[in-house]
Amino acid sequence: MNSSNNEQTKKHTRWYGIPLIAGYLKVYRRRMIFMIALGALSSALDSLYPLFNKYVINHNVGEMTLDTLPIVTVLYLAILLFHSFENYFTCLLCSKLELNVNRDFRNATFNHLQTLSFSYFNQNNVGYVHARVMSDSGKIGELVSWRMMDFVWNSAYIISVIVVMFLTNFRLGLMIFLLFPVAVVVTWLFQHKLVPLNRKVRELNSTITGDFNEGITGAGSVKALNAEAHMEDAFKKDTFSMKRASINTAHHAALYSATVTLLSSVALAIVLWKGGNLTLQGVMLIGTLSVFMSYAMGIIEPIQSIINTLTSLVTIQVNIERITTLLNTESDVADTPEVIEKYGDAFEPRYENWEELKGDIEFDDVTFRYPDGGEDEYVLEHFNLKIPHGMNVAIVGETGAGKSTLVNLVCRFFEPTQGRLLIDGRDARERSQLWLHHHIGYVLQTPHLFTGTIRENLCYGKPDATDDEIWEALALVSADDIVRRTEEGLDLEVGEGGGKLSTGERQLISFARAIIADPRILVLDEATSSIDTITEKRIQDAIKTVTEGRTSFVIAHRLSTITDADIILAVKDGRIVEQGTHTELMDKKGYYYELVKQQNAEY
Amino acid sequence: MNSKTDYPTRASLLLGFLKGSKLIFFISMCFAAMCAALDLFMPKIIAFTVDSILIGSSYEIPAILDKLIAFAGGIAYIRDHMYLIAILICVVALLRMLTSYLFKFLNSVSEERLVCRARDTLYAHIIRLPMSWHNANRTGDIIQRCTSDLDTLRNFLAEQVTNLVRTVILITLAIIFMLRVNVTLTLVALALLPIIVGYSLYFHVKIGASFEHVDEMEGRLSAMVQENLTGVRVVRAFGREAYEREHFCDYNEKYMNTWIGLMKLLSSFWATGDFTGGFQALLIVVIGAVLCVKGNISAGEYIEFISYNAMLTWPVRALGRVVADMSKAGISIDRIRYIMNSPEESDDPGAQTPPMNKDIVFEHVSFRYEESDVLNDVSFTIQPGETVGILGGTGSGKSTLMHLLDRLYEPDKDGGRITIGGIDIRKIDRAWLRRNIGIVLQEPYLFSGTIAENIAITRDEVNMEEVRAAARIAALDETVSKFNKGYDTYVGERGVTLSGGQKQRTAIAQMIMKDAPIMIFDDSLSAVDSQTDAMIRSELASLSSDTTKIIISHRISTLMHADHIIVMDHGNLVQQGTHEELSEVSGLYRKIYELQQ
Repeated sequence: MNSSNNEQTKKHTRWYGIPLIAGYLKVYRRRMIFMIALGALSSALDSLYPLFNKYVINHNVGEMTLDTLPIVTVLYLAILLFHSFENYFTCLLCSKLELNVNRDFRNATFNHLQTLSFSYFNQNNVGYVHARVMSDSGKIGELVSWRMMDFVWNSAYIISVIVVMFLTNFRLGLMIFLLFPVAVVVTWLFQHKLVPLNRKVRELNSTITGDFNEGITGAGSVKALNAEAHMEDAFKKDTFSMKRASINTAHHAALYSATVTLLSSVALAIVLWKGGNLTLQGVMLIGTLSVFMSYAMGIIEPIQSIINTLTSLVTIQVNIERITTLLNTESDVADTPEVIEKYGDAFEPRYENWEELKGDIEFDDVTFRYPDGGEDEYVLEHFNLKIPHGMNVAIVGETGAGKSTLVNLVCRFFEPTQGRLLIDGRDARERSQLWLHHHIGYVLQTPHLFTGTIRENLCYGKPDATDDEIWEALALVSADDIVRRTEEGLDLEVGEGGGKLSTGERQLISFARAIIADPRILVLDEATSSIDTITEKRIQDAIKTVTEGRTSFVIAHRLSTITDADIILAVKDGRIVEQGTHTELMDKKGYYYELVKQQNAEY
Repeated sequence: MNSKTDYPTRASLLLGFLKGSKLIFFISMCFAAMCAALDLFMPKIIAFTVDSILIGSSYEIPAILDKLIAFAGGIAYIRDHMYLIAILICVVALLRMLTSYLFKFLNSVSEERLVCRARDTLYAHIIRLPMSWHNANRTGDIIQRCTSDLDTLRNFLAEQVTNLVRTVILITLAIIFMLRVNVTLTLVALALLPIIVGYSLYFHVKIGASFEHVDEMEGRLSAMVQENLTGVRVVRAFGREAYEREHFCDYNEKYMNTWIGLMKLLSSFWATGDFTGGFQALLIVVIGAVLCVKGNISAGEYIEFISYNAMLTWPVRALGRVVADMSKAGISIDRIRYIMNSPEESDDPGAQTPPMNKDIVFEHVSFRYEESDVLNDVSFTIQPGETVGILGGTGSGKSTLMHLLDRLYEPDKDGGRITIGGIDIRKIDRAWLRRNIGIVLQEPYLFSGTIAENIAITRDEVNMEEVRAAARIAALDETVSKFNKGYDTYVGERGVTLSGGQKQRTAIAQMIMKDAPIMIFDDSLSAVDSQTDAMIRSELASLSSDTTKIIISHRISTLMHADHIIVMDHGNLVQQGTHEELSEVSGLYRKIYELQQ
């Protein structure tokens, strides 16, 4: 990420991004208030139960009478029934809220990702972005529902217990109350220690999962390199530090919970000592003493729980920040409001206003550097090129020379840093991205298929394609055999990422997919690299047929396949060093000539 | 080695993993029992205080304690010095704190030892399982067995077994104490227990299936995001953002609604639990009061009883869940056992370590994989120091030849044999064989670490000069020097992603470091351009001349200078000879050669 991007991120995550999160929660405001009220009431009722014991001990047991027992029973049952129903609704409300908020944030992040440009995906790896959608969203849902409810329950319980204690016996209440700050300090101290320890354990845990992944996916390499012992030692180092960190954490956690129960017992000791004296003096009844004992033992845990909730905020804050950063990232390829007004955006296109696309492309004084590249690493500088519709453009050069750059610009995956890209004579930015993409067919070197059937994949660019169109395209790229060979035919499930097909088969299917979409502009990015020579030969003929009448870009490894191109662009070190027809460039005896000569010498 | 993989029963696996932590586990259980006993001692003190000291009636206590009280100054003295009771409670509480700490700490020591041992054993076992096993099992599934199934197993021991032991001790002791107070009241308190446990068990078993269902749905939702992200180019190029959104939102909604259904069940379960718990408490309060008034029990005993009952409520409610979860642990243990019971690669006794710079002979080698013939009766000879090219289309069996040579796969029993210097490779020590064969796989794997560490992975130490020399031969040095961190650039899972060509070249450098007398390049130059390809080959040619090199490719230019070329087609060796010989006769070689010109 470059510096300007960083500043933008900072600006947007002010207040840890909470204002943005709050915006998404507005719709649930009424529900949340209702939920908090229910939760508070529930806790207040919880603190009532010991009072029943107190009454029974003081009145019934103390005065040896059963007179009020039926009334007590009925009243208790009534409260219990009401309380159980109330708890049911609170839990339901709370979990619904959690699930709704999770859904909202998953949708929001996923939808936002659909608008971001390639520079975002180039800078952030898939696993990282995936976690934003799938796990960070869940943390926010949990925060506003269960964690908030925990806070409400516990604080309401503590408040009502304090009120009851002070009303019953102020002095004894005050003594127990004095334990509060002790409990807070103890909890805080332990949490302070435990939060980083837990983080470390989590990190080590994901390291170990990564190690397993490595050992399994890299099993072939481990064997071929005879590196089993080396890998095992490295793994044992990780599990050993995991063991140490976990035991260290367990030591603190065990001490923590033991200390908290000790505090409860100290509270009980105080009640028996001071309260016992009061009872002996006749100031307090036994039943009242028993209520105090219940409260004394039950109050430390809610305090501990509140502090736990508060410390967990530190962890969740990171999740919030990550989500808001994502939601605030703006695409560096965006349609202007005027364009969206006329042509619609990617989600609500206004097809009625779309013009035909002929396929004339012109680079007009284009200067370009990749957003994530260095400040002066210009890939194109004042580049001019006119490509009339129907023209066949070939791009050649060494591995990693930057052959895809031009194609990225034509597809508007990136915008020129300076200058304009004209499509049919008008600045590309005057029309929507979807309009352009609708007319582009793109076949990638590493083909990507989606989970689903072959048919679903083939129809990806044209959902209403007929079977005839599908078979025609399959035949054109010699992929009809692959499909016929299986029983399921077009309904064959291709597996995740097309994993059930070989790379070569995937390339053919994705080629057919592009043809079915019937694009005006066709891009073949080393589309035949994984196909064996004999099939490739057949595809070369297919390429000739499909590029007829379409503006096409062919990025090729093997120079013999592109000698017919209308224009050849030779790329070296990320720059276009030569352009012209095969004959022109051969006469020029420059870089292209060198490349051809070298390949010829080898064949 | 083979005996290690024998885990005929679930218990044998558990005991195997528990080795070295059994004693600690047992001690921690003892502390758990002591802790539970001390928990129950507290209400006794309260009851004694209330009855004997505050009310003045006599609370039954063992004779030995009577003497203790007399020693402390008698009931009357304690009444005047109530802090003595407070001190007693604090002493008991301190003891409880100590036992609780020791129980929890020792428990996690034993459990962490177990997990560490289990992980190490699993990992060591997995990397020694044959390739055929790795191909037959999905990565995600194995990882899940090693992580979440292992967690389930750990929870089974650390939480479920511990909880069960604790709860059983608590209930037993509580029942004994309760019975001594009053039989009727005890029966009342126990009457509801089986119902609570049974209901909770029934519910958790029933809901288990629903949990599996939402887990599956989550997996699908997660895969949808994954595919959208990896296929972002396709989505954009086809302008299908709207479709992707709709698709995702639909499923997301479904997923949420399934969860809501599940939460309705859970909420009703919780609320019923609250109600039964409260109802049971009410029964004790009311019936206890009646017994009190009738004079069957004292006020202190009454309070004591209420405390016992309160102590039982939570563990009993949790018991159903514990038991339900235990059934899941059985499944997880079986899933881990599946891995541990798969046999590792092994050597015959008396495996040899002969010199390896000898002739390699394939004699009538046939190989079947998953019901289809991959190789049919292939025979050829490679002389030491020779450079051999293997040409063939996708699926012609050319890579399989090399995998058999490196014993990544074993040829069929009656599928011929491969010899090096006349010795069947099945009789050669596997590690020795692999140490002497350097093979660059078609899809090489880079390990987490720096580029330098990856290149030197077969060495104990990273010697930068050697690393750079190897990288230079692989035409990688210049590329790496351009990286900001050079050879210290972190690659692999959590590092930067190298391009296909860069990976292949790293793997070549890695192999060169191995300094093996037999080098195999399995289509390992497919992702580099022909110029770099030529550079690497000329560098390799200048390496020591007695190294045997086998190069697999479907690019003629890569193979044409080999001393000897083998042409494979659909598992058969169809042609062999030099480039000159093969390009003159009509056949597959010439056909491909012409197409590539």
